[in-house]
Amino acid sequence: MYTASDLRKGLRIKIDNDPYVVTEFNFVKPGKGQALYRCRLRNMINGSQFERTFRSVDTFESADLQEKKMQYLYQEEEKYCFMDNESYEQVFLTREQVGDAVNYLIDNIEAQVLFFEDRPLGVSIANFVDLVVTKADPWAKGDSVTGNQKPVTLQTGYQLLVPTFIEEGEKIRVDTRTGEYLTRVKG
Amino acid sequence: MSRDEPVAGGEWRLTRRRAALEVRARMLQALRLFFVSAGYLEVETPARIPAPAPEAHIDAPPSGDWFLQTSPELCMKRLLAAGYGRIFQIAKCYRDGERGDRHLPEFTMLEWYRQAGDYRDLMADCEALLPFVLEALGREAALVYRGERIDLAAPWERLSVAEAFRRFTRLSPEEALWNGCFDERMALDIEPRLGRGRPTFLYDYPAACASLARRKDADPGLAERFELYIAGLEMANGFSELTDVAEQRDRFAQARAERERLGKADYPTAGPFLAALGAMPPAAGIALGVDRLAMLLADADSIDGVVAFVPEDL
Repeated sequence: MYTASDLRKGLRIKIDNDPYVVTEFNFVKPGKGQALYRCRLRNMINGSQFERTFRSVDTFESADLQEKKMQYLYQEEEKYCFMDNESYEQVFLTREQVGDAVNYLIDNIEAQVLFFEDRPLGVSIANFVDLVVTKADPWAKGDSVTGNQKPVTLQTGYQLLVPTFIEEGEKIRVDTRTGEYLTRVKG
Repeated sequence: MSRDEPVAGGEWRLTRRRAALEVRARMLQALRLFFVSAGYLEVETPARIPAPAPEAHIDAPPSGDWFLQTSPELCMKRLLAAGYGRIFQIAKCYRDGERGDRHLPEFTMLEWYRQAGDYRDLMADCEALLPFVLEALGREAALVYRGERIDLAAPWERLSVAEAFRRFTRLSPEEALWNGCFDERMALDIEPRLGRGRPTFLYDYPAACASLARRKDADPGLAERFELYIAGLEMANGFSELTDVAEQRDRFAQARAERERLGKADYPTAGPFLAALGAMPPAAGIALGVDRLAMLLADADSIDGVVAFVPEDL
């Protein structure tokens, strides 16, 4: 059982027996008024989305999902293929079901695929993933108003801001929960 | 490992926040200079107190048998009652369960109190304070926040709560209170539309929404309380202070009853504050969110961007 104060992006809850994931979350509290939890929710089965505002007294059941450890194999058009390493069973997820994880999908990466009554619904991957920088412009001092960061492109096509000392070909660690750079990885 | 390489992710986040933290530091200096120049005395009052002011929807974190303050209000009013005419404080405040893009459970508040003034004087203070801070930062008297230009030339917009409900909702404030949706309408329909292009003072709240504010002589159903909004952000809450001890006791009792109804912790009676209130001269006081002001000045879309550490970093 969750209470409204547990709500956050990525939390999966059950509403009318369907699994929903919180895709956007905002805590609002008008001056001296009560706390309100504004959520955008996505139905994990049919993809329909809606906004709802909860109060601190509201409670939720967790969504009844199973997780299975699988390996990412390849992408074919808009389908992403994952395989169970023990049974060799393969499943396909849509771009929408893969979500932000698409930024970190390198061949053979391990992933937790979510199932609801044997239907694959989504995927989550490790909190930290190491990726190669495939495109980084050399940085000249004074280039940027932000001073100490620059944009780079990773091997998956994902673009993010990193410290200026990061160069093309280097490997960096990314926090997949925030999409942010964490540190440089040696070797 | 080279010297400029961060050892963990938190350190890179710190590095990126540097420009905003520099703006924040200069802003704090400017805020102090403004009040000191206007004859205000800077005071410090304890952050750990035995009895917070009871409010239905503000929760003080327990600290041993006492509490961390949710605002320095009660101690500052005792100073007013003791004859300190103009005082200000920049204080850490604590509120349980408040975490979002605009909320931290530990945040910084600027409060100032002036004897003999009312809430209209506080509005004028705000109109002078922000341009002063911008000038101290070497900037023109306008903000650009998230691409929106906010002109700070006085006078700023003044909009009554009743008028705001008329303009942005289908309910009157009384109907909204009766239906239990006052906060929803305020947060979802009204607040995002305030302070657009120029700051807005939203004023004259239903007395039920202002447990420490004075009622209006002309309309006792309303309290002389206002909130300042800039670019949809709530920046400050001020009011003409309630100095009637009997009425203050009643309002505290109502707030405590409401807390009990909501299943929230009760607080002890703020005895020394109530004892001093009878000696407090007519006054006005206001609390301004320092982190929120830093957000505006540093053009940060989240409060996380203007503090060195958020709870999740620790």
